[in-house]
Amino acid sequence: MGAFPSPAQDYVEQRIDLNTLLVKHPSATWFVRASGHAMSDANIHDGDLLVVDSALSAREGSIVIVSVDGEFSVRKLQLHPTLRLLPMSPNRPAVEVNEEENLEIFGVVTWIIYAAA
Amino acid sequence: MYALVDVNTFYASCETVFRPDLKGRPVVVLSNNDGCVISLNREAKALGFRMASPWFKIRPQLQQHNVAVFSSNYALYADLSRRVMETLEEMAPRVENYSIDEAFLDLSGVANCMPLKTFGHQVRNRLQKEVHLSVGVGIAPTKTLAKLANLAAKRWPQQTGGVVELTSPRHQRQLLHYLPVEEVWGVGGRLAKKLNLMGITNALQLAEAPTALIRKHFSVVMERTARELRGEPCLAFDEFPPTKQHILCSRSFSERVTDYMAMREAVSTYAARAAEKLRREHQYCREINTFIRTSPHDSRGAWYSNGASYTLQIPTQDTRDITAAALRCLDAIWRPDHRYMKAGVILGDFFSQGVAQLHLFDAFQPRHNSEKLMKVCDDLNKKARNTLWFAGQGIQQEWAMKREMLSPAWTTRIADLPRVRIS
Repeated sequence: MGAFPSPAQDYVEQRIDLNTLLVKHPSATWFVRASGHAMSDANIHDGDLLVVDSALSAREGSIVIVSVDGEFSVRKLQLHPTLRLLPMSPNRPAVEVNEEENLEIFGVVTWIIYAAA
Repeated sequence: MYALVDVNTFYASCETVFRPDLKGRPVVVLSNNDGCVISLNREAKALGFRMASPWFKIRPQLQQHNVAVFSSNYALYADLSRRVMETLEEMAPRVENYSIDEAFLDLSGVANCMPLKTFGHQVRNRLQKEVHLSVGVGIAPTKTLAKLANLAAKRWPQQTGGVVELTSPRHQRQLLHYLPVEEVWGVGGRLAKKLNLMGITNALQLAEAPTALIRKHFSVVMERTARELRGEPCLAFDEFPPTKQHILCSRSFSERVTDYMAMREAVSTYAARAAEKLRREHQYCREINTFIRTSPHDSRGAWYSNGASYTLQIPTQDTRDITAAALRCLDAIWRPDHRYMKAGVILGDFFSQGVAQLHLFDAFQPRHNSEKLMKVCDDLNKKARNTLWFAGQGIQQEWAMKREMLSPAWTTRIADLPRVRIS
């Protein structure tokens, strides 16, 4: 403390912390675990860790966590031409949302984390 | 100008964040040892359930009404509390954590940017969207009036939208006239009785009572309360009485802290002060939570905020135990190279002195060996929870059994993360 600055100081770098990449809004970020095998459209596997940001506004095509029938579910959001929740697997019907107020979005999925092996 | 922000039915609301199936259902949370009700949501209140009712007495009624019952999940509450406080710190220039679910905001300068009521709604909407908790906001020129404004926001959610701005003297008088004096912050039942005898039954009468009269019959605290009701600020920021279910000791540092030893000293100090308060309340605690954070407004460094909880095997009021646990939490969350703005220690999961087994346990714990013993115990328990405990193991199992309605540690344990369905 108080000594002359180290000549190496300009080169000091912190080890990479994945939190800075994966978590933009710490107090609004939640981790959830994906459950189920109907995953083909979303590149989400059973057991994957999803990073969910509740501070973001969902946009066209956002993958969102919504509460449906008392359960959290992963859906793709369609805003145009009509408000719809698209399922993440083929052979499942899209869900029309009649009024925006009925749609309860918990947050937007920002990252999918899964083990390589 | 102050705002008081507090979370509606905090514990019960925390329990529903990851349980969309509980929407619209009555929820109650029980105290430690599943003794009595310490939090209920609106639906449970509407059914006539009340705070402090012993669980064993109302159990059949709870079942009959399909009420969701939870043991206290302190790790969850502390994490959600931290998220609320962080969000508030991003929005307001200064924040005082008043308790685990309440904070005073210093709104100096805010009125230059937008109407205060608009700001209140922004706070509310943001916390709803981002932390999934509903809050009430009361805005007024003094802390005591802000408390009352908040009370009004809670009582009339439809009319107020959860935000009450009490800045005009006319509105202040209207509300004060309406509220019984015992609803005023700091006026308990006993003091209210005495005031009633003097003909002071509502808050407005207290505000208008001659200062000399109040000073003659009451302490200086009551005089300050009366002045605050009149709109004269007497309570400074960071000045408050302790709370009961949790003890919180937290301060913003006068200068940014970057040094580990300095932080250690600060956390030790807060832990010791919290332990003192705990003993003053004749309580023992089992849960210790430490949090640290940088300022979201600091352009010179990255924002960092974290907290950790530690659950002791045995409730304690010993400063050494509490400090050790608080520092263990600090070590888990400490990151160098940050400019820390604030740190705090929260004690929770209280047990009252009357628990006889505590003394039984004390007999088995010779002080000079306690450190070594604790270390062995902690090391083993770190590998697998509840591997080893002291002679009071019978008691321990009994407590463990009486926590069978504990919700998962949704936000603090990887194994407990909420599940989402892919369909």
